[in-house]
Amino acid sequence: MRKNPQINQHGELNHLLTLEGLPREILLHILDTAASFVGVAEREVKKVPLLRGKTIFNLFFEPSTRTRTTFEIAAKRLSADVLNLNIGASSQSKGETVLDTVDNLSAMHADMFIVRHAQSGAAHLIAQHVAPYIHVINAGDGRHAHPTQGLLDMYTIRHYKPDFSGLRVAIVGDLMHSRVARSEIHALNILGTQEVRVIAPKTLIPSGVEGLGVKVYHNMAAGLAGVDVVIMLRLQHERMKGAILPSAQEYFKYYGLTPEKLAYCSGDAIVMHPGPMNRGVEIDSSVADGEQSVILPQVTFGIAVRMAVMSILASSGS
Amino acid sequence: MDLPNAETLVAHLADRIAPHVGADSALVGIHTGGAWLAKRLHQRLGVATPLGTLDISFYRDDFSRIGLHPQVKPSDIPFAVEGRDIILVDDVLYTGRTIRAAMNELFDYGRPRAIRLAVLIDRGGRELPVCPDFVGERIALPQHQNIQLTLDASLRFVLSLQS
Repeated sequence: MRKNPQINQHGELNHLLTLEGLPREILLHILDTAASFVGVAEREVKKVPLLRGKTIFNLFFEPSTRTRTTFEIAAKRLSADVLNLNIGASSQSKGETVLDTVDNLSAMHADMFIVRHAQSGAAHLIAQHVAPYIHVINAGDGRHAHPTQGLLDMYTIRHYKPDFSGLRVAIVGDLMHSRVARSEIHALNILGTQEVRVIAPKTLIPSGVEGLGVKVYHNMAAGLAGVDVVIMLRLQHERMKGAILPSAQEYFKYYGLTPEKLAYCSGDAIVMHPGPMNRGVEIDSSVADGEQSVILPQVTFGIAVRMAVMSILASSGS
Repeated sequence: MDLPNAETLVAHLADRIAPHVGADSALVGIHTGGAWLAKRLHQRLGVATPLGTLDISFYRDDFSRIGLHPQVKPSDIPFAVEGRDIILVDDVLYTGRTIRAAMNELFDYGRPRAIRLAVLIDRGGRELPVCPDFVGERIALPQHQNIQLTLDASLRFVLSLQS
């Protein structure tokens, strides 16, 4: 495997598989381009003709309504033709392999695949398999990466707090199973964030996470002290079953973001959440709907960021 | 080749546009040179409607050949386009492709009453049926040459020629 399979021989971004090791200038180029797409949604015609005639397949091997919808909207606002395939429900149950599915869709002249899969590395596998003119975006693979979510979080942070070099950012919650957190940590480091903290009970923090350049806390009062950005992670209900956590109520008591805990942060801190939220589990409604919450702007910016990624990928190799 | 003084051309161009500026008029400059020029004309003509700017990168017809421009700037149309008299401003008019893209983009903001085109230099060589309404000066240039509007250290307009 080449060192960075998402960059082509001209140094252009050809696929977006992970933010790990992504050159800082490419990351900034995506964020800058996204800024130009934000205004498109406010016009009478919320579309630009950039990807007219391109065919984009949303290949979702794992169910997701929200992520699939934002990719679909982004593709449509670029005038691409977009098809949604929930593969879990069709081909795979008939025994077709992932790469056979991809080959069949490639034969229908696909230009881009957006891939969500429960297995880490699925998007890499597809990217290495497809013809060179086909682009692949990882929309979440196992516990590995969710790069567009990481990028839209960076866009949101930069929108409110333009200088990363003076920022303290805390990521709170299920670090163990979160591909979102991993992508965010890589991106925050690439952008030169002053301090990245993770806060969670010991059972939800993977061993060796310090190696990613973060400070680990198990206590909200200490971990949130003076931070400028709080990113809450979704607590998957499944985690409660395996005796990882005693109960949702107890998790909320110690790690749920309430107005009282938010007060530990810097006075102008922003609160983010990748969604979907569990109100009363990881976040209190008064915080989720409060003045410091930027959770809905995250969704809006997410579309512009995905438009930027798609058009930059479609530019490569041309 | 002697190039005309750009500042003199701006004055001529403003004089030509002035009789056509009314209450519903709006100026829209195309990034980058056209936006500078439009800003200057906007001040000179005292247009009431705030200045608009367009980056036509998302509307170019050569995207599939050369990809996205490395530095896209947000388009900014701070007025309702519907029913407006728009004067589209660019520094140099050549093939007409940029103007085609700019008109397509403007229509995605609404339906203007009219679009008129003002350019500092018309260098000929059209590939599309585009005809300017207001011109600073016409200069016939061979294909291998390029004329560009730049700003000098004291922010005055200067025309330069590249081969």
